[in-house]
Amino acid sequence: MAMRRAKAIGMLSGGLDSTLALALVKRQGIEVKAVNFYTGLCITETQRRKGGRPDGTVPRNEALRAAADLEVDIEYVDLSESGYLDLIVAPRYGYGANANPCVDCRIFMMQRAREIMQRDGADFVFTGEVLGQRPKSQRRDTLRTVERESGLEGRLLRPLSAKLLEPTIPEQEGLVDRERLEAVSARSRHRQMELARELGITDWPQPAGGCCYLTDESFARKFFDVLDAREAAGEPRRIAREDIVLLSTGRHFRLSPRAKLVVGRSEVENALLEGYAEGRSRLEARGVNGPVALVEGEPTWEERVLASRIVARYGQGKDAPRVAVAWREEGAEEVHEVEPLRDEARLEALRI
Amino acid sequence: MPRRPPRGAPLPTGGGPGKTLPMPAAGAPPIPDRTIDTSGTLCPFPIVETAKAIRMLGPGGVLCVIATDPGIAQDMPMWCRATRNEHLGTFREGRTWKSYVRRRRD
Repeated sequence: MAMRRAKAIGMLSGGLDSTLALALVKRQGIEVKAVNFYTGLCITETQRRKGGRPDGTVPRNEALRAAADLEVDIEYVDLSESGYLDLIVAPRYGYGANANPCVDCRIFMMQRAREIMQRDGADFVFTGEVLGQRPKSQRRDTLRTVERESGLEGRLLRPLSAKLLEPTIPEQEGLVDRERLEAVSARSRHRQMELARELGITDWPQPAGGCCYLTDESFARKFFDVLDAREAAGEPRRIAREDIVLLSTGRHFRLSPRAKLVVGRSEVENALLEGYAEGRSRLEARGVNGPVALVEGEPTWEERVLASRIVARYGQGKDAPRVAVAWREEGAEEVHEVEPLRDEARLEALRI
Repeated sequence: MPRRPPRGAPLPTGGGPGKTLPMPAAGAPPIPDRTIDTSGTLCPFPIVETAKAIRMLGPGGVLCVIATDPGIAQDMPMWCRATRNEHLGTFREGRTWKSYVRRRRD
């Protein structure tokens, strides 16, 4: 009797490893569906939304490009409004070097992948993870934890490192030929390059590596600053979708535990900040070109003057003796005549 | 005074990625069986909405997707290639893009 055709759900970022994993499974004649998770925290995606990179190039949607190249159906899953944001604030397995709770994040995504697997009647889930490639989230014990905690025990295949790991149920059942999987480990990319040639994969994003804001040191500082400030004000440590957008936009200055200033760095960022002015104070220099800025919280009079001086500093009036900065809040407007803040050391000390 | 866009409004972009065809002569675009408007959303949501809407059409049905995200000019042909639906064309009308997709027949 002929073996039935297996069906699998592949997690696809569009990077080389997940693309190779997809190709390895697909070449065995297994019906594959790719899944890409949208968290709102992808650096490339945010650059794309802001009109491209500083050098003028516009990043592609790599997951879509990889799925198209391999002719594999792709489903996007939006995590940005689910419990995902609560998870990144209080990860059970802790953070990596910055604000990256990679283990919890993987568990969360695998749980969603398991739901899709069950909904679609698929046999297993697979990823492009490589044993030992990342210091925390891709250790042997962590891979096991993710598998167990996501409810995917025996049904989570890592095709690139499969021969170094326990055989999964689809391998034991003969739905997947273990001999045609790989034994890649650690950080060297040599075997992946070789495999790409073998599998006819010629296009993948460069440079390789993470694309998540939570792994970015500067973003992490701002992320924890928001949480700490909320806690200090007696509010819950929580983060909203809106916070994520603002944290990836503009220069951030901590004026005091009660007040923060965000200054746009480009026309695109100014337009974006305009959209988030409700519930905040909006600042802009009068009579000279300059950035749009927002103040969150309850600044004192001195902090209002300080914020105005910083906004004046980043406009075309930065060398003028005095600049008028208009504050708009709750429909009312007032104007501060201030000297632009030219003390770079002080500015740096305030920067988050 | 600059007009404040609604919260979450699309961002102005530096010209937009991908190639976009100019709107063809009157009568040339296919007549869609269904039209969805994704204006104001950004990648990947126009594609997410397309995937949902195409499932509601019969095989061979034509979907028109209206978008303000310039990324659709790049994304829609790729999504169609991945999902084996037919990309009939993406056309620009001012600040709006219209993308036509024919649902695969199998």
